[in-house]
Amino acid sequence: MKKKQVLVACGAGIATSTIVNKAIEEICKENNIECDIVQIKITEVGSYVDTADLLVSTTIVQKEYPFPVINARAFLTGIGLDEVKKKILEQLKR
Amino acid sequence: MCEIYFDESLILKDIDVNSREELLRTMATNLFRKGLVKKSFIEAVIEREKTFATGLPTNSVSVAIPHTDSEHVNKKAISVAVLKEPVNFGVMGEMNVEIPVQIVFMLAIDKKDSHLVLLQKLMEIFRNAEELQFLIEENKTNIKKRLANHLQI
Repeated sequence: MKKKQVLVACGAGIATSTIVNKAIEEICKENNIECDIVQIKITEVGSYVDTADLLVSTTIVQKEYPFPVINARAFLTGIGLDEVKKKILEQLKR
Repeated sequence: MCEIYFDESLILKDIDVNSREELLRTMATNLFRKGLVKKSFIEAVIEREKTFATGLPTNSVSVAIPHTDSEHVNKKAISVAVLKEPVNFGVMGEMNVEIPVQIVFMLAIDKKDSHLVLLQKLMEIFRNAEELQFLIEENKTNIKKRLANHLQI
């Protein structure tokens, strides 16, 4: 299976995406999935349209992209976290 | 993680403000006066909150983590405000949804990865109703001790 590219985005690309980045790394590790995680500002998503398989974002995503978008706020608040982890895992295993 | 500046002067307790902007300005100006951020941080953090809301609902008191680009930061720092009455913040990642926020953690941070532990510890606090209640009820000295200990700063 081709290694998936996962974009992790937030407004500044330095704060909340750092948390989510680490969390996704752990999900991959636990499930023996290799993926390429790229931590970016939401404004930089455009540069990855051709390569990305998934966008996980803590901020609003207004544009349409050819890959699924998952809201990552649960990683910060813990509310609904299991469900979001499951959704991400489903995408990574596809 | 001792390179993150945090002391009692960065804790604003029972602060009485009428709006989110007034709160952000008060907190950011305080950081600026201490030389921890550049003057541009003040407007930058206010503007950024409009585009990228940072309000986070919790199982207890809602919180917010306003921050902005690293170019406005001189020295990594964290400031905490506990509000007398909540003010509305937009919810992170949601369009046009606001929540009343009572505890605000303003982050002056620089490049990625350097503050992972701090952020992870902060999120642990958000998931702990007892910790949040402690911040509401206690005085600055106790808040400083508890947070410094919990955040390992």
